[in-house]
Order: sequence, then structure tokens, then C-alpha cells
Amino acid sequence: MTGARTRGPARAGQYLALLAYLAFLALPFLWLVSTAFKPARELGSLHPTWIPEDPTLANFRQAFDEQPLLQAAANSLVAALGAALIAVTVATPMAYVMARRRGRLSAAATGWVVVSQAFPFVLVIIPLFLVLKNLHLINTLTGLVLVYVTWSLPFAVWMLTGYVRAVPAELEEAAAVDGAGRLRTLCSVTAPLLAPGIVATALFAFITAWNEFFFALVLLKTPEKQTLPVVLTHFLGAEGVADLGPLAAAAFLATLPSLVVFALIQKRITGGMLAGAVKS
Amino acid sequence: MTRRLAVAVMAAVLALLPAGCSSGGDGGGRDAEGRIVLRFQSLAWQKESVDANKELVAEWNAAHPDVRVDYEQGSWDSVHDQLLTSFEGGEAPDIIHDASDDLADFAHGGYLADLRPLLSGRLKADIPRTSWETTTFGDGVYGVPFLQEPRVIMANKKILEASGVRLPTPVKPWTWAEFRQVAREVTVTMGEGRYAVAWPLKEPVSVSLNLGLSAGGRLFHRGDDGKVAVRFTEADAVVPGTVHAQINTDRSASRSTLGMGGSDTLPGFFGGTYAMVPLGFSYRQQIVQQAPEGFEWIVLPAPAGADGPAQGVSPQTLSIAEDSPYKKEAARFIDFLLRPANMVRLARGDWMLPTGAQALKDPSLRTAEDGWATGTALAGHLRPAPAQSVRGYPEWKDKVAAPAYQEYYSGAIDAAELEERLVDDGNLVLARYQR
Repeated sequence: MTGARTRGPARAGQYLALLAYLAFLALPFLWLVSTAFKPARELGSLHPTWIPEDPTLANFRQAFDEQPLLQAAANSLVAALGAALIAVTVATPMAYVMARRRGRLSAAATGWVVVSQAFPFVLVIIPLFLVLKNLHLINTLTGLVLVYVTWSLPFAVWMLTGYVRAVPAELEEAAAVDGAGRLRTLCSVTAPLLAPGIVATALFAFITAWNEFFFALVLLKTPEKQTLPVVLTHFLGAEGVADLGPLAAAAFLATLPSLVVFALIQKRITGGMLAGAVKS
Repeated sequence: MTRRLAVAVMAAVLALLPAGCSSGGDGGGRDAEGRIVLRFQSLAWQKESVDANKELVAEWNAAHPDVRVDYEQGSWDSVHDQLLTSFEGGEAPDIIHDASDDLADFAHGGYLADLRPLLSGRLKADIPRTSWETTTFGDGVYGVPFLQEPRVIMANKKILEASGVRLPTPVKPWTWAEFRQVAREVTVTMGEGRYAVAWPLKEPVSVSLNLGLSAGGRLFHRGDDGKVAVRFTEADAVVPGTVHAQINTDRSASRSTLGMGGSDTLPGFFGGTYAMVPLGFSYRQQIVQQAPEGFEWIVLPAPAGADGPAQGVSPQTLSIAEDSPYKKEAARFIDFLLRPANMVRLARGDWMLPTGAQALKDPSLRTAEDGWATGTALAGHLRPAPAQSVRGYPEWKDKVAAPAYQEYYSGAIDAAELEERLVDDGNLVLARYQR
């Protein structure tokens, strides 16, 4: 009885903490949405409000008037989806080998993958630029996709290695005992269990590419090729001066595809995780 | 259903990828019809400014069928790294828009063309010597300075008039001592919780150095051997001392704005919390757009010191890439872009001042409306920013000067320690660049 009484407040406290955390995470986005709908006069108000007093679509109109946002969004989508698909396609067999064939080579590869994440962009951009130039891939989305795949691959492999290790090798052995070949085992037994991990890795690669700015800035020159993060900076001047209303409107639109993609596949991730939990 | 969706997405991506594969092409400097093609990377970002640039490019292309200019939109964010990569990769634009304080490394690195043999006599004569000094490195000139902005004081007209203080003019600006006194008086009339001044000092170094020129401060001293050393004189202490006193002694300046950028102070300015905000000249556009109905504001000159209303600036520039095969044509385009009438269009688009003497005479830049006249009156007093050509300045600024000034302004350290850190620590940094 006493335990139930203490559990009740404890649980309420947990929910409150969770709600507070969610609110903390949501604040910047809500503020962005609010700013996107505020007229210029309200942006300069000493007492800003959460709900715009005189909501307007002028910021959206101006943003679309001044910059090719739809084209940029399409470019970002192509680059991010391309990078995500290629990254998981290449990373999955690599991760499988690293997880199942443990040895010095595998350990060294894992170490290298982790170290490579510490390289700053500016260290690799010039060699990358020269390679892409020789391949005639400067100012192309193909070149950008290649860079994104290269950049996200180490982490994708590392991430997927953990998922592969979580799949019991005994299941594959059982399939082999039942007469399944290597390919059949991989496709029918391992791959379905890996699906949540593959989806999570693809999501990571997608969001990394969707948000990336510096490579896109350097590699894409003509306005019709530029991605959303680059186009967003066109609302910024020197020393951080910003055209705040249109910037917020454009940034709000830029976050939507990420949210949509996440909403579409998050069930897949959580569903897969829960399935694994029940089996154990 | 999910599988179908996945297949559809993959098919869409695979279909779209080839569309992205087609190269924009660098063209090798000539298009399919054999015409010369110049790439012009502009950093213009405000709508009026982008429009003006694009219109001028279109006018050039219409008048010069043999030399086509392609407009490329650059970004102030990371422009240095972006240009460096383009230079190293041999893909730099022919005509480059940047700021003069970003050119030193490119000029010393051999990436930019020396413009002296390329520019017309008209352009050379039209832009004053002090502006050319901002783009002169060693014996060469590596950019055409064309837009600049002084730091001015945006002021709430009603509050200042109500307090009865003398309003300064470009001919008779406040002295730094007078500014301190005025700020005290205005604060008293404003009442509790309000301040005469808001110093947005998120980036304290350029403000302190550039305004310091008015009092004769230089901080950087070049010796006969060409090496630069930091020395902190009484003149260098005038501006920092005034700001420090306003915040810590007089309480006539708000402490909370020390970590703010210029835009962050505007709501408080509009709301009457601050009567005056020292800002760049181009901030007028934000005030025009965001100020509430009936808000009356004026543009005042920054205070003057022993050297009058002088102050340092880093103008926006146009340069030509050393690798460009068509430097003469690029110089002709720059000359066209910076004809007096065109320079006026660019200046009005960016709410800045043109450097050209002819453009500065334009009546539209001498009107009292929106403070244009105050700015143009100050143009003759603008000098190269003190740190313009000092190698190692960015590191000195970030690692030594910015934290030292911030701590001094907040009252955490005194003037002696500020001097010690700027000079002793600063010279150690600069020495590494001058071996």
C-alpha cells in the first residue's frame, strides 16, 4: 500500500520531467514557427509573444520571392535520399563482415572508423574538391552525394555493426542446419532482423546530408544546384545580420521534410526494437 | 504497402539522380558559341542589393555580347573557406566579392591578381587613397573597395530631445568625454531600469579598434623592419575606458547588452529601454522595417577624439582571381559595375556608403531621410581598420583580444590587466606569424 502510494508520485514526477524535457526540445522549433508568421514590426517588439498578434504569410511570400526554395528543397531531397540509400547499401555488408569476422583487421577497421569521425571538414575538403574536379563532378548533385556517402559511411558502418552483433549468430547456424545457403540465410533470416537498424542508419545518413552546409557551399556553384542549407544563408549578411522573418519561414519549411521522413519510419524503428525485446 | 513505398522512393531517387548529374560546367572560360564567360560571385544578400547586382549584370550582358557574365550567389557565412577551396582547386570565380579584411591571406598567397595594371584611370582617381589602402598589400592592389559603412549612433529622437542634451552633428560631434556626460544625463531623465546607451559587444574587438582611431589609437605599430608590434597607449585607452566607465561606474550603459549582437538590441531600442545604440550604418534598414509606428529615430555621428570623427572600416571589395584567363575583361566589368550611377544603386541596395567620390555626390545619398546625410558627411573621415594588413590578426582577435575586452567591459579585469593581455599575450601570437 505504501509502495503504491510512493510509486504514484514518483511516476507523476517522471512524466513531469519527461514533459519538461520534451517542452525544452520543442521550444526552439515552436519559436521558429512563431517567428515565421510574425510581421516585421512584431519581430522588433520588446515584449515578444508566442502567438503572433497579427499573423502573416508575408515572410513565406518574401522567402519564395527572393530564393529558389522549391528547387533547393528538391536538390536537398535528392542529395539526402541518394546519400542515405547508397550509404546503407554499402554499409550493411561491410558491417556484417566486421561484426561476424572478428579479428585484428576488424578491430583496426572499427578503430579507424571511430577516429575518422574526428576529422574536421576543412581538412578533407580540398583533397575531395580536387578529386571531384578530376571526375568532372564539381557543381553536380552526384558529386555531392558521393561526398555525403563518404562522410557518413564510417559512422553508418559502426552503427550497423552493433545491430548485426545484436542478431544471434545461432539463428544463422540454425538456418544453415535447416539447409539454407549463405545468401538465403542473409536475406531471409538476418536482413529482416536488421531492418530497424538499417532504417535507423538510413535516417541518420538522411538527416546528416539534409542538414549539411559546408560541402554543399563549396561544391555547388550555380543557384539551380544549391541545397536548402546553402540557400538559407542567403538571408544572412555579414557579421550575423539576418533577414529574420523570411529566414524563419524558410527554415521552418526546411525542417518539415526531416520531420515527415522521421514520422514515416519511426514506427518501423520502435516496432523493430520492441520485437527484439520480446524475443529475448 | 511499405515495400511499395520503399520501391517508389528508390525509383524516384534513381530517376532524379541523373538530372543532378549533368554538370553546370565551368565552361573553361568560353561558352559553346565561343563567347568569353566570366563568373561573378556576389555576396549581396538583401533583396534590393541582389536585384541591383542582377540588373547590372543583365545590363552588361545586353551591351557586351562578346563577354557574358554569369551571376553566382555567394554567402558571407564561411566565404573565406569556400574561396580558399575554390582557389586551391583551380575553380575560383573570375570576379570575387569579399571584404577587405578577408583579403590579406589571399593576396599574400598569390590567389588574387594585382589590379594596378588592369584598372581604369577613372576608377583609380574616383576612389580616395585611404580606401585603396585597405586593399593594398605589399606593392600590389588586390581589390577595389566599393562599399563601406561607418559606425554611427542610432538614437531615439524623443528621449534625447526631452533630456535637453545637445545633439551632435558631423561638423560638431560629441567628444568622448561629452558623450559620457550626455549618457549620464540622459540616463537620469529616463528613469529606473533604462539606459542611455546599449553597446552590443558580442564582437568587441573591431568596435574598440575602429572607433579608437578617433582618439588616435592605433594599437598596431609597424617598425622599420616591417614587423608589427602591439602597443597600448593612452589614446588606445580612450574608447575602451569610456565604455567601461559607462557600464561599471556611471551605469549609463546596459550591462546585459555586452553579449548581444546589433540586431538583439533593437527591441530594447524600440521599446525605450535604451536611448542610443552604436551600430553599423546599414542597420538603418532593419530599423526602417521593424520600428513600431510613430517611432522617431535619428542617426548621430560617433563621438570624436583628438583625431576628429575618424574611424576604421573594412570596405566590401571586388577582386579578380589570379587564375582567371580574362583579367582585362573582368576589370572592364568591374569598371562598369562601379560607374558612379551604378555604385549608387549598389550602395542604396545595401544601405551603405559608396567609396567613389562621384557616387557620394548623388543627391539620393545626401538626403536627411533615414540618416543618409549623416553617413555621407562622415565618409571623408573613414580610414583603413587598424588591423587591416596585420598577419596573425584573426588569431590575436579570437584568442587574446576578444576575451580580454569582454572581461574588461564587464568589470572582471582592470585597465592594467587589459593592457598586459593585449600587449604581452598579443605580441607572442603575432611573433609566430613574423618569423
